[in-house]
Amino acid sequence: MKTIGLIILRSLRQHLLSTTITALSIALAGGLLMSVWVVKVQSQTTFTQVNTGFDAVLGARGSKLQLVLNAIFHLEASPGNLAYSDYEFIRRHPAVKLAIPIAVGDNLRGYRIVGTGPELFSDVEYVPGRKFTLATGTLFNPAAKEAVLGDFVARKLGLHAGDTFHPFHGLIYDEKNQHAESYLVTGILAPSNTPADKVIWIPLHGLQTMAGHDPRAATDVSAVLIQLRSPTAGFMLDMMYNKQGNRLTFAYPIGAIMAELFNKIGWFDQVLTLISYLVALVSAGGVLVAIYNSMAARRRDIAILRALGARRRTIFSAIVLEAAAIGLLGMIAAFAAYAVILTGVATVIRNQTGVLLNTWAYNPVMLWAPLGMIALCALGGLLPAWKAYRTDIAGNLAPVS
Amino acid sequence: MGAFVRPIAGLMSLLSITALQKSFRSPEGERKTIVDVPAFTLAAGQQLALRGESGSGKTTFLHLIAGILAADSGSIHIDGRDMAALGESGRDRLRAESIGYIFQTFNLLQGYSVLENVMLGMAFGAGSDQTRAAAMLDRVGLSHRLKHYPRQLSTGQQQRVAVARALANHPKLVLADEPTGNLDHKNARESLALIRETCRENGAALLLVSHDPGVLASFEAVQDFSALNRADQEAAR
Ligand SMILES: Nc1ncnc2c1ncn2[C@@H]1O[C@H](COP(=O)(O)OP(=O)(O)OP(=O)(O)O)[C@@H](O)[C@H]1O
Ligand SMILES: [Mg+2]
Repeated sequence: MKTIGLIILRSLRQHLLSTTITALSIALAGGLLMSVWVVKVQSQTTFTQVNTGFDAVLGARGSKLQLVLNAIFHLEASPGNLAYSDYEFIRRHPAVKLAIPIAVGDNLRGYRIVGTGPELFSDVEYVPGRKFTLATGTLFNPAAKEAVLGDFVARKLGLHAGDTFHPFHGLIYDEKNQHAESYLVTGILAPSNTPADKVIWIPLHGLQTMAGHDPRAATDVSAVLIQLRSPTAGFMLDMMYNKQGNRLTFAYPIGAIMAELFNKIGWFDQVLTLISYLVALVSAGGVLVAIYNSMAARRRDIAILRALGARRRTIFSAIVLEAAAIGLLGMIAAFAAYAVILTGVATVIRNQTGVLLNTWAYNPVMLWAPLGMIALCALGGLLPAWKAYRTDIAGNLAPVS
Repeated sequence: MGAFVRPIAGLMSLLSITALQKSFRSPEGERKTIVDVPAFTLAAGQQLALRGESGSGKTTFLHLIAGILAADSGSIHIDGRDMAALGESGRDRLRAESIGYIFQTFNLLQGYSVLENVMLGMAFGAGSDQTRAAAMLDRVGLSHRLKHYPRQLSTGQQQRVAVARALANHPKLVLADEPTGNLDHKNARESLALIRETCRENGAALLLVSHDPGVLASFEAVQDFSALNRADQEAAR
């Protein structure tokens, strides 16, 4: 066994260039495979769990998914507004524990300005047991032109408590559409790793009455975020708004609506997974080709080892294990590739949604991908190993005569 | 020398060959017998040189004895075991345990250090023993070259590594195929003397093949391979 180890080590060293290149291709393939897998699983679990503390969203008639993306994730356009009376009605409904209105329609350099009530910060646990807290400053005065910034957007825009800014009209940044009003930053929220981090929060009234907004809609809200007293209440309201009514949309449950989104884009990560499987297969094939191509150079060494008494199966095992060792080296490096890829993906997802993926959370893929890859490489080693097994000693012992 | 010759009644010899035959298929497709040795013996500790022309089948003969090639028929008894009756892995084992082989082209493993080369000469038999390997390299005068690689050594030094490697595993029989063919005159003489001395010290019998008169002249016992090999006699005719 010690001897086989020495043979493998020396062989890896003798073919250092091809060892390195094949190991790197394994690293890339393994890193890709693990990344695709983890991003898929992590984003699915994270995004179907993120609800920032709400059970349902009430909004204008339209797509539930759009409503959730707009009201919870602060993505997509708003499907429309609802009258203040609709908000009043649901707020008073006995099945509803808490109803918080939001209004959208302005931005600051592409970051959304969302109008809401102070209850969002005082009454809501965005994950069980945790409320939004201020890292610096104080909460906005609901009657003043004041703003509280999410941690992410504050850092991106370089704004601090005490700074002022002029909002821009619309959800998409256009420098020609600047409002005249000036808002004072009164505080910065502590990071919550939720979409709230990339939002500029101002009083509901402020957004509704921003100069240039339609004065007839000055009391309208964009959506109402709802906490229910019981799950059955959700189905009851679903029935009431979506089946019997036709004016509004009640998006419930939020997790299921997000899961639907992942079902819709499921083909996409299936394609990615398939591609990463193929890349893994190709790179294991690369191990086969690399060792197979070096067989001519190895034949003399094999013949010498055989002449020294090495058995055929020893030579066979050494080649298979060498292939597996390349797989092992590659998969160790694959974790570095994984770290790089996933950090990149997590950064993009954080920038786009404010949600932070748990990059290093244990995922079974981190076990089965390396083991599978090593096994695949060993499998790729079988063919050259068979060739080595068949190597004729007498014919390969030095140039005779 | 006499101390190593153990006269055992009946199976007196270390190596005893009977009716050994080996043929190859020539490129034209016809079978050609290369080795046809009715009888050959070598006593334990004995040193014998075989004289033979190029192409007469000397290397083939040594390959058969070492079990590197499988015999077509006949028997090759080495220390009581019949190499010709063994399968491939049995031959590997017997070769690893009982035979040291010295090649004309040394056949050192280029990717391994001098010490590792010698240790690999033991690995497949009784097992590697670093102390023994270092002692053998010391014996051939290379104690200061253990970590060197073959390409960093002179030709004569490389052959000395090969000698140390062949003897490291206490073989009963050392086969040497033109061991000095690649060396200059002075190195050849020294190397030959070294092979003979170390074989004697380690109690190994030595069977050497050569067509070099200088080498053959230094041996007390020299046999003509053509007299031994009937295939060669036919070819000569
Ligand atoms: N695998 C083989 N297939 C066919 N013919 C072979 C094979 N191996 C050896 N021969 C032939 O057997 C003959 C003897 O070869 P061998 O190498 O044993 O000669 P030798 O006596 O060692 O010669 P030299 O002194 O030149 O080394 C040669 O004619 C060679 O062509
Ligand atoms: Mg020869």
